[in-house]
This record gives sequence, structure tokens and C-alpha cells, in this order.
Amino acid sequence: MTNIIKLRIRNLKKSFGSKVVLDGVNLDIYEGKSLVVIGASGTGKSVLLKCIIGLLKPDSGVVEIDGKNVISLPSYEREACMRKFGVLFQGGALFDSLSVWENVAFGLIADRDINRSTARSIALKKLAQVGLNEDVANLSISDLSGGMQKRVSLARSIANDPKFIFFDEPTTGLDPIMTNIINKLIVKCTRDLGITGLLITHDIGSARKIADRIAMLYHGKIIWEGAVNKIDTSGNKYVNQFINGEAELR
Amino acid sequence: MIQNGSRMNPLAAIGRSTITFLINIGRVVLFALSTICHCLQPPFYFRLILRQFIEIGYNSLPIVGMTTLCSGMVVALQSYTGFAKFFAEEAVATVVVISMLRELSPILTGLMVAGRVGATMAAEIGAMQVAEQIDALTTLSTNPYKYLIVPRVIASIIILPFLVLIGDITGVFGGFIIGIYKLNFNPASYIFFIVQYLEKIDVITGMIKASIFGFLITIMGCYQGFNARKGARGVGVATTNAVVTASIMILLTNYIITEIFFIN
Repeated sequence: MTNIIKLRIRNLKKSFGSKVVLDGVNLDIYEGKSLVVIGASGTGKSVLLKCIIGLLKPDSGVVEIDGKNVISLPSYEREACMRKFGVLFQGGALFDSLSVWENVAFGLIADRDINRSTARSIALKKLAQVGLNEDVANLSISDLSGGMQKRVSLARSIANDPKFIFFDEPTTGLDPIMTNIINKLIVKCTRDLGITGLLITHDIGSARKIADRIAMLYHGKIIWEGAVNKIDTSGNKYVNQFINGEAELR
Repeated sequence: MIQNGSRMNPLAAIGRSTITFLINIGRVVLFALSTICHCLQPPFYFRLILRQFIEIGYNSLPIVGMTTLCSGMVVALQSYTGFAKFFAEEAVATVVVISMLRELSPILTGLMVAGRVGATMAAEIGAMQVAEQIDALTTLSTNPYKYLIVPRVIASIIILPFLVLIGDITGVFGGFIIGIYKLNFNPASYIFFIVQYLEKIDVITGMIKASIFGFLITIMGCYQGFNARKGARGVGVATTNAVVTASIMILLTNYIITEIFFIN
């Protein structure tokens, strides 16, 4: 196991008015490993992710990527930092005015300024990696099922060969079979390609399949963190309640 | 209790509304300034600017043409009714030209484009905001201002003056049709009166107005879309606000420009 910390979060705080959402989050993510943050709905998982990738500005704290605190970076350096990221959004966030391959190649064309035919051939390779063939490349996003949209979104998130990939509830709204397919694809894209991953979810089944380590967010703090095989013996009552889906604490 | 009491106090309510109103004005101004800065810096998405030329300009031609044609016809009819009482029927052509070029064509074009294009912008960008597509743009190293707003602003500022020019022509043509076929004017003398009172400054001020209206329409459409709240209702409210605020600003700005150019 590599011990190089690629992403370090220290004392991250974020409030909206008087509502404290993140109250001093501390996390480390190791190179080539996947950390899954679990927690009930409304506990601030998405806010945590948005603070890390720069869509929200935290009130205080440190987000270090490759040893560099990215919170205080000017916008052009922050944009350069974004090029290391791939993000899969909860709803896919695909551009419905563009075709499937244009969605996958969007970052390539915008970022690297490569021509459209080269971008298209790269997009087709990425689509093949997520199990979609050339036939879907020219389709409109509205012609795809929910599961296919997630695959296209996954293909887009790996199109730039990112060093980090962030997943926001990637299996929400999918049937169990498609959930399993997406989980396997995520594992393939992270472990096989050696990408460092952060996934937030409330789906404990997905967390077990994808994670190397799991952390639980509760009331704005990480209350437990450990290897995936230790979660059943965590000894934490909130973790036990969450993984067993119990309505009340024991 | 104190909070409830202050909520019921009409003065406190007026104060709160005033502060909210001023905050919103400040946000719109900052949004507009930020957009202007982005308009001056590369990269420029020329393909998207071209697409907006078609969306804002070409696709608005029928509605602008119909509105100004009918308005020109109505102005000719109404002014004839009025001037006939003073035996000044020959002034009809003059009135149609001046009213169309100075006021009606820019205002009607602005309002029509605000209704058609401003609403579309707010709804489209609002739906993108709700679906996290704007966040996705940011994560794909693409500045949403440059990708979504700048092409719309540049296209509007350039294309609206041409729409107004076309509105001028169709409006004057509408008056001409009524003058010749309904009011039995001599075509040669009607054209003579048009040309005699056609001034360059009227055409130019109409086009300047149109450029400013284009900027206002896109800023309000994009601002409302960017700040749309989640859900279908949020997008609906953003769309309504975009059209209403753009229309009010067009009418206010029109008065200010008219005061600057013509009342001296």
C-alpha cells in the first residue's frame, strides 16, 4: 500500500447562515486508493465534495492537493488544478444540447484545444471503457436511459485522464443490477487506472464494493474512519445504525 | 415575540423590502460588471456566438417584422384620423417615420426580444443550474461566464441594432401600404415626405438604444437563470422575473436615452 497522501483535508468548516454544515472535517486520501464518505441525507456530504473541488468556498480550513493548499489559490491556478479532477455528479449533469460523444469530449476540446476528430476518437475509446459502443456516440442525451447516462457521465469524468476522481452519489436512482454495473465500472476506473477516488454515498452496498477506506460524516464531523473490512466492527453506534439501516439508535 | 412584532410592523416590512431590493440591484450590477470584464478577455467561443446570432437575430425576425409592420400601419391610420381634422394629412408619412425610427421600432423590438429570447435564456440557464450542469462546466475547466453568458451578450449587442433596422424598414413600409392603398396618397409624394424627414440621427439613436436593450435583456435573462432556485417553480419564477425586469429596464432606459439625445 502506498502511503503518499494525495488529498489532505484539515479542520474544514462551512456554514450557511446560522446552519453549520461542516464543523471541522479532517480526512486523508492516499494515492491510488478510494475513500468513501458515508452519511445520512442532509449531513453535508455534497457540501464537503463541493468545498474540495472548489464549487463552494469553505469558511476556513485546508484542502491540500499534492501538498498545495488549493483554497487560497487564484482562479487561474485553481482552474489548472481542476484539470487533475474528474467529477461524476449525482444527476449526471450531462449537457443536453450536445450529443453523447461531445459530452465525453467536452473537457478535451475546452481544455487542450485539440481538434474535434481527435477528441471524438478519444471519446469513443472512453465510451468503450464504460461498456458503450459507437452506436450511442451521436445520440442525444435525452435518448439514453438513466443507467446509460451514468455511464456517459463516468466516461466524461475519465476523459481527461484525471489524477483524482470524485463521485457524488453515483448509484442514486438506479436499479440493483445497474447499481452493480456502475459500481464495477467505478472500481475498474479507479483501481485499474490507479486514480485516487473520493466517493460520497448513502448506499452502504456501493461503499463496501468500491471503498478501500470508509469515513462517516455525522453532524459536520468525521466520527469514524477505517478500512472497509473494519466497518462491521467499528464499535461506533452511529456507524452501526447507518449500516444496519435502523430507525433508532441502540 | 420581538421577531413576530417586527414582522407585523409595516415600517419594518417596508425597510426589509427596500434592503432586499437594494441588495438585488447590487448583485445585478456586480453580475453585469463581471460579464463586461469576461467579454474583454479571451477565450472567445466563436461557434457559440454564431449560434446566438441565429437564435437571437434570425429566429426573432418574424416576430419583430410582424410587430413593427402592424405598428406602422396603425400609426398611419391613427395619425391620418387626427391630422385630417386640421387638414394636415400630408404629415402622416412624417409621423410614421419619426415615431417608428425614434421610438416604436427600438421599443417593440426590445420588448419582443425580451419576451422571446430573455425568457429562453433564463429557462435554459436556470435548468442547467438546477441540473448541476453549470457546476459540471466549472469542473471541466470551462468558465460558465465565458461559455454561457459572453456569447449571448456579444451576439445581442451586435444583432439587435440590425433587428431594429429591419423593424424600421417594415414599420415604415407598413405605413406606406396603408397610405397608398387605404388613404389614397400618391406613392411618389408619400416617399418624398419619408425621405425629407428621414434623419441619420434617428436611425443611429434607434440602433444605439437597441444595443443597450440587447445588453439589458441578456444580463437579466442570464442573471435570473444563474440564480434560479431548485425545482420547476424556481425556473418558472426566474423566467418571469427575466422578462419583467428586462421590460421595465428597457422602458426606463429608453426614457433616459431619449432625454439625452432629443431634449436639448
